[in-house]
Formats: sequence, structure tokens, C-alpha cells
Amino acid sequence: MKKQKMLAVAAIEHGTVIDHIPSDKVMKLVEMLLLDNTNRITIGLNLESKKKARKGIIKISGRKLTEAEMNKVAILAPDATVNTIEEYEVVKKKKIMLHDIEPNTLRCNNPSCITNNEQTETKFQIVLKSPLRVRCFFCERTAEEQELRFI
Amino acid sequence: MKTWKGRSLISINDVSREDIIYVLESAKKIESLPKKEKEQLLKNAVVANLFFEPSTRTRLSFESAAVQLGAKVIGFADPGSSSAVKGESLTDTIKMVENYAGILVIRHPKEGAARLAATITKKVVINAGDGANQHPTQTFLDLYTIKKSHKKISNLHVAVVGDLKYGRTVHSLAIALSHFNCRLYFVSPIMLGMPSSICEELEKKNIIFSYHNDIEEVIDKVDILYMTRIQKERFGDPLEYLRIKDSYALKEEMLKKAKPTMKILHPLPRVGEMERSIDQTKHAAYFEQAANGIPVRQAILALVAGVQL
Repeated sequence: MKKQKMLAVAAIEHGTVIDHIPSDKVMKLVEMLLLDNTNRITIGLNLESKKKARKGIIKISGRKLTEAEMNKVAILAPDATVNTIEEYEVVKKKKIMLHDIEPNTLRCNNPSCITNNEQTETKFQIVLKSPLRVRCFFCERTAEEQELRFI
Repeated sequence: MKTWKGRSLISINDVSREDIIYVLESAKKIESLPKKEKEQLLKNAVVANLFFEPSTRTRLSFESAAVQLGAKVIGFADPGSSSAVKGESLTDTIKMVENYAGILVIRHPKEGAARLAATITKKVVINAGDGANQHPTQTFLDLYTIKKSHKKISNLHVAVVGDLKYGRTVHSLAIALSHFNCRLYFVSPIMLGMPSSICEELEKKNIIFSYHNDIEEVIDKVDILYMTRIQKERFGDPLEYLRIKDSYALKEEMLKKAKPTMKILHPLPRVGEMERSIDQTKHAAYFEQAANGIPVRQAILALVAGVQL
């Protein structure tokens, strides 16, 4: 109980904590992960951090992230950590690494791209990791981080 | 160098310097072959020309190239005469046509269509133009024309003129020339300048390039003047188009300052960007360039079919 009082955002019993998110990415992550009312979600913005000046945090009760969701987190918040929580304890801590972009994660910005005109999966290649720039495997159009549209 | 047998040709970005040299050498060999020998090269092959948008020159060039090598050509010249008009997807069309032909030549208005086709089928796909993205055989024939006129590609000074923003031929040409340390001059209105993504690629390869807004600034410096058409529909204001188009038009008078060996290329069709009298000068190489589409496309068809030249 004493520990909980010290936390800026309340602890969860079971679920996932995404930590070290840039504060301005928190809301986008929540939207992108389609976190709806089925799970209790607690978010923290502009929290103090040892690593960064300010950070954001998302706590999701009662569920783990899928690999596809982890990939989305890595695209948007490459410095984030994903902690799996059981019985209020961190049982797994995973530093997100962006190796590649899973198919069907992003939508191409180019309206003339075949992927926006035919039912087919999307594929992107990483051109640059920081700042992130990706290239559509099909139409070869590149997109910067702020232009990314998630599926 | 990756083997050419069974290889799809989708984008100039997939092509190495060695690939370019190999294709150009193969085109030269094929051009010098006697007609009877050429006719045997693809004797048992079937080439499908799938043109989802009309393109007279490219389609006829591919068809002629394949027929002259002895191949049978099937396909359609516009989507109106294919099942695409009934709403059939590209995926389904490819899955059907792959049973009928070994090489699929695809022209499609949507960017990435040829790449998608190549992921669907194990047959060879040759991109004959996918929207504003790629048209790699055009780039090979541009390079072949340069090689024939200057006996080399490396270290040339090349100016590209006109619509550099939307023109896929100039994007691909710039990337291809970056393998050969050419000095590039980009001559265009600011609003139709070379995209930053292409310029960044060139910078990575330490290619020297500069921006200009007048052909006369560069005409005495270059070995190749690559002209393109500026399209009226790119301009919101028709008066702006009328004002700009003449600044990027080549006049015979300007050629007095050009090197005697300078050649003018143009992917065609042209509208008003070159005076017709230029056709008669020693600098005009655009009709020869169009004719070079045959040996270059023949070389590519033969190589992907596994023919040893």
C-alpha cells in the first residue's frame, strides 16, 4: 500500500505497463492499440524520468500485448519498455527494438499505391531508424514518422 | 550480381552497376545478331503483355522485341478488353495469366502494381510502368543510348530538364547514373524540382548535382541534355503554366553553345518543349533512343528467359 502511494500512476495487479513513452506519443499509442473500455487503462503524462526530461506511461489491466502491437509500439516509441505484470510484480521487462515492420501494420500514404486500391497486405521497409523513415515495399514512396498511418 | 534467369525486373532501385553493364552489353550483342539467329532465342516462349492502361509505344516496343526473338505474344492493350473492366482484381488476373505465359509484361496505372504481381506469381514479371513510380526498361534504353553515343556512361555531365518532380523517367535515370559518377544538373521550375528522396540518395553516393532554372545556364557544360514534358495539369493557374513552359523549352539557337558531341534525349511523347528544327541537328538522339527500346527489351527478355548471349 505504501508503495502504491509513491507511484505517480496507480499499480496494476495483472497486465502490461508501457513505460518511457514520449509524452506526446501516449494518446496516439492508446488510439493505435485500440485500447477501449474492455480493459482498465491508466495513463500518465509528463512524468519525471531518469532517462528523459519527461515521459509518459500506459498501464493496461488484464491483458498482454500481441507481437503485432509490440511492433506498433516500437515504431512510435522506440525507446519504450514493455513490462508484463503479475500479482503487482514485474515478471518480464522488455526493451522495445525496432527491427522491421510487420506486414499490415501501416497504411501507405500514397492514394495511387496499389495497396490502397486492391485488397492486399501492406509491407514497409525501414530506411532510417532515427528519425524514423519508412518505404512502401510496393509503390516505393517514403514516409516520415509524423506521416505514418496505422492499420 | 544476381542471376538474371527467372528474375523479375520491377524497379531500377533493385539494379546494380554490374546489372546495368551486363544488360547493356547483352543489348549490344543481340543487336549485332543475324535476324535468323535472333528468331531462335525465345522460340518456345510465351510473353503476356498486360496493359491495364493504354501505352502505344511501350506496348508495341515490347511486342515487337518479343516477336523478333521468336516468342508468341498474348495479352490485352487496355483494361477495357480485359476482365479488369468487370472488376477483376490484379491478383486474380495474374493468377490466371501465369498459366498461359512465362514472362508477364505489366503496365498499370497504380504504383506498386508490378511489385504486387511479382509477389503473386513465380513467373517473371517485367514492369512496363506502374503509375508515377517506375519504368525500368525506359531507363535501360536511356543508358544504352548514352553508351552508344558517348562510348561510356561514367563521368558524363548530364542535365535533366522539365518536370523533375513527377517524372518517373528522370528519377530512375538519376538513380541509375549515380552508379557511374555522373555530374547532374537539374533544370526545372522550383515547384517541379527533383524530390528530396532522390537528392538524398545522390548525396549518399557523393554525386555532384546542382539546381538551375534556365537551360542556357548548363547547355555548354553537358554531354547529355535529357528533356521532359511539363504537363499543364500540374499547374493550378494556366497563366503560370504559359509563363513557365517557354523557360524550359529548347530552341535551336541555344545549341550554338553546346558541345559538338552533346546529345538530346527525350522519353517522348513531346509537346512544345523542343523546336522541331532540332530534329535535323546532330544533337537529336531521341528517335534513336526510342528505337533502342527494341534491343534493350530483347536483351532483358532473353536474359530473364535464361538465354546465354
